[in-house]
Amino acid sequence: MAHLALDSDLVNRCRESAARISKPIEKVIETHTTVAIERSVLRLFGIEGAIQEGAGQWFPEVNKIVEYLKKENLLDRGVLYWFVNGMIQKKMPAQELATQVALKKIDLIALPRASDDVVCKKAFELCKKAKNYLIEQRDKRDDLRRQVQDTFDPEGKNGPLLYVIVATGNIYDDVIQARAAAQAGAGAIAVIRSTAQSLLDFVPHGATTEGFGGTYATQENFRIMRQALDAESLKLGRYIRLTNYCSGLCMPEIAALGAMERLDFLLNDAMYGILFRDINMKRTLIDQHFSRKIIALSRIVIHTGEDNYLTTADAIENGHQVLASQFINERFALNAQMTEDLMGLGHAQEMDPEYPNVFLLEIARAQMTRDIFPRSPIKFMPPTRYKSGDIFYSHLMDAMFNFVGVLTGQTIQLLGMSTEAMHTPLLQDRWMSIKNARYIFNGARDLGKEINFNSSGIIESWAAQVLKKTYHHLEEIDKKGLFKAIELKAFAEVSRTETGGKGYDGVISKSSKYLNPFFELL
Amino acid sequence: MAKVTEVNLKKLRPYGDIMDDGTVQIAFTLPVEISPEAREAAVQLVQKMGFEQIKVATMEKAADGFSFFVIYAQLKFTIDFTQIKVLKIEAPKRSRSEIEEVVRTKIGRKLIILGACTGYDAHTVGIDAIFNMKGFSGDYGLERYQWLDARNLGAQVQNEDLLNIAIQEKADAILISKVVSQHNIHIRDMKDLIQRAEKLGLKNKFIFVAGGPRVTHPMALECGFDAGFSVGTKPSDVASYVVEEYIRRSENQRVKKEKVHKKSKKRGDFK
Repeated sequence: MAHLALDSDLVNRCRESAARISKPIEKVIETHTTVAIERSVLRLFGIEGAIQEGAGQWFPEVNKIVEYLKKENLLDRGVLYWFVNGMIQKKMPAQELATQVALKKIDLIALPRASDDVVCKKAFELCKKAKNYLIEQRDKRDDLRRQVQDTFDPEGKNGPLLYVIVATGNIYDDVIQARAAAQAGAGAIAVIRSTAQSLLDFVPHGATTEGFGGTYATQENFRIMRQALDAESLKLGRYIRLTNYCSGLCMPEIAALGAMERLDFLLNDAMYGILFRDINMKRTLIDQHFSRKIIALSRIVIHTGEDNYLTTADAIENGHQVLASQFINERFALNAQMTEDLMGLGHAQEMDPEYPNVFLLEIARAQMTRDIFPRSPIKFMPPTRYKSGDIFYSHLMDAMFNFVGVLTGQTIQLLGMSTEAMHTPLLQDRWMSIKNARYIFNGARDLGKEINFNSSGIIESWAAQVLKKTYHHLEEIDKKGLFKAIELKAFAEVSRTETGGKGYDGVISKSSKYLNPFFELL
Repeated sequence: MAKVTEVNLKKLRPYGDIMDDGTVQIAFTLPVEISPEAREAAVQLVQKMGFEQIKVATMEKAADGFSFFVIYAQLKFTIDFTQIKVLKIEAPKRSRSEIEEVVRTKIGRKLIILGACTGYDAHTVGIDAIFNMKGFSGDYGLERYQWLDARNLGAQVQNEDLLNIAIQEKADAILISKVVSQHNIHIRDMKDLIQRAEKLGLKNKFIFVAGGPRVTHPMALECGFDAGFSVGTKPSDVASYVVEEYIRRSENQRVKKEKVHKKSKKRGDFK
């Protein structure tokens, strides 16, 4: 594979800068919990019931329990203290107690209290059991990967993985679309979430058949899709990965559900939520850390969302913002004990297609991402910004995107759709797109090994320039602090404040008696 | 040598490579396995659509139980082009500097324009292209206009909030962008905004403009908006319209006032 002659000393200094930037955030993460983290520990105990509010929506029991304790200002000890004490006092399994509490038939705080030691010991045991279940599910997933052919290589050595989305709104239609895509050659399926699910402070319940722009992420929907893909993997003799979205106000809960239901990929990026969903930065960074601990144990590959920056900020001018954010994201992931092979750092081919020599600049960006994070599964996102209803031109843009992807050794290629900007993909759109990618990935498979970059050429100098700008950008962020820098539009030309955004009231200071053994166990 | 045939606007038909050949390209999927029967079904469907000379360019297996067709055929029908009437935005297209000049000389104050992605729509790419300084396709965004006070409120602004802000800020025009269109959510959201405005008696207070990939001018009018813009719209297109519409309305109001004035004068004469 051809490599760029990047200044490795400067790359190291970028990493050091990212480590300094993350330091003050680590303090915030250590000293706080959130309603979402507390809900996810209950979910890890297997609690998945919901109760109906009047004739309306089904509301998860975990929300009922956590909200009650929050209202009483008792969450600073952690939900587990109260809940495990309840299990001891009532001699009930977790699910049964959860239902009783959610229905207000049992009041957790009115119960007699076992000693802290006893509660701690019992909580530890239960968390250990929950952890073992995650390991079992992980092993089950890995067994299936071994049983059928699985050519996924984080470093991209086996060529880009064909990754497509389904988004009908109905999980059962999604299954049909996903199986069809797998048959056409896709290696990973993402079920796009319903618009704005990231802003719901609860995970919807059960199998769902209606959504807007996508399908709700629920535990049951995860199960239905994974089961279908298991069957398809066995039929095709090729492992098909499943992706969902672990961002937004329920980030750690989705991580827990994804881990329990054997998902392979999760989009997981606090920066995305902060910038594009206006979620409070403290809330989502605290949430992210806990979710990444679960993800690390389950060895799920995350995808970060830096590609999105280029939909609001110009892709030619702002490559350094993407790279700077990737360095920061890498640091946060390492802090949660994730290994590099699990960090699917995201970027995109979004430059103005009419810019002179645009492919040279795109190749420079894609190749430098590959070379700077050699062990990470790089996720490459397709053109969207300059796509219009001219589906033939769009199809051509996707072909060039696929060419750049295979040439530069990207790991996970989200295939573009010719009907981007028109509708969620039709079965035939996806089929055409997969055919496009297979043609190019096959025909140019080893091209990257055959070429060298001209040391004084456009590609090398563009890469060097972006790296330099990235370093300066990181230094600026380090000086201001990440929170302040985001306020001053360090990324994507979007400004957010430390206490602004959604979900800030769900951040809670941990007391000295805070109980959550998962923090040690994961 | 015979001359090439001229287009007959009374009987307009699609053009392939010879005038009046009626050639059309069609692609679709049938939820059945590829087979001679599937091919015949595709041909018969295209026949029913009003085509002849049907050629199946390809039948592909898109998945188990799905066949994908690309078909070329000739359309029997024609259209009288001279009778076509379309609702379109009637505003002279002006450049940024011309727009600035018109606002400065004819209005004499900055026009206040609010923009937002409404409802749960979080896709700001459209509204950003119109508002952001940088603009779109070499056409500067509204924020760069000296004589426009353009404010992009961003994503997921609820209709109710949008109207409240518009009142507070004394907006002249409200621009909304709708990208997500599944189950026609964009139409529902658009109608909802206008209904709320009507309830509050604000319908004629602001110029309501919608934009998005699935928005058309007639569709926007149907939803109660004053104008709708589709894909490829540049910031100066929108600004040209808003300024022209603002001037038209002020002109109307002036005329109305004069009429009222004259009327009262007459009444005075009777006294």
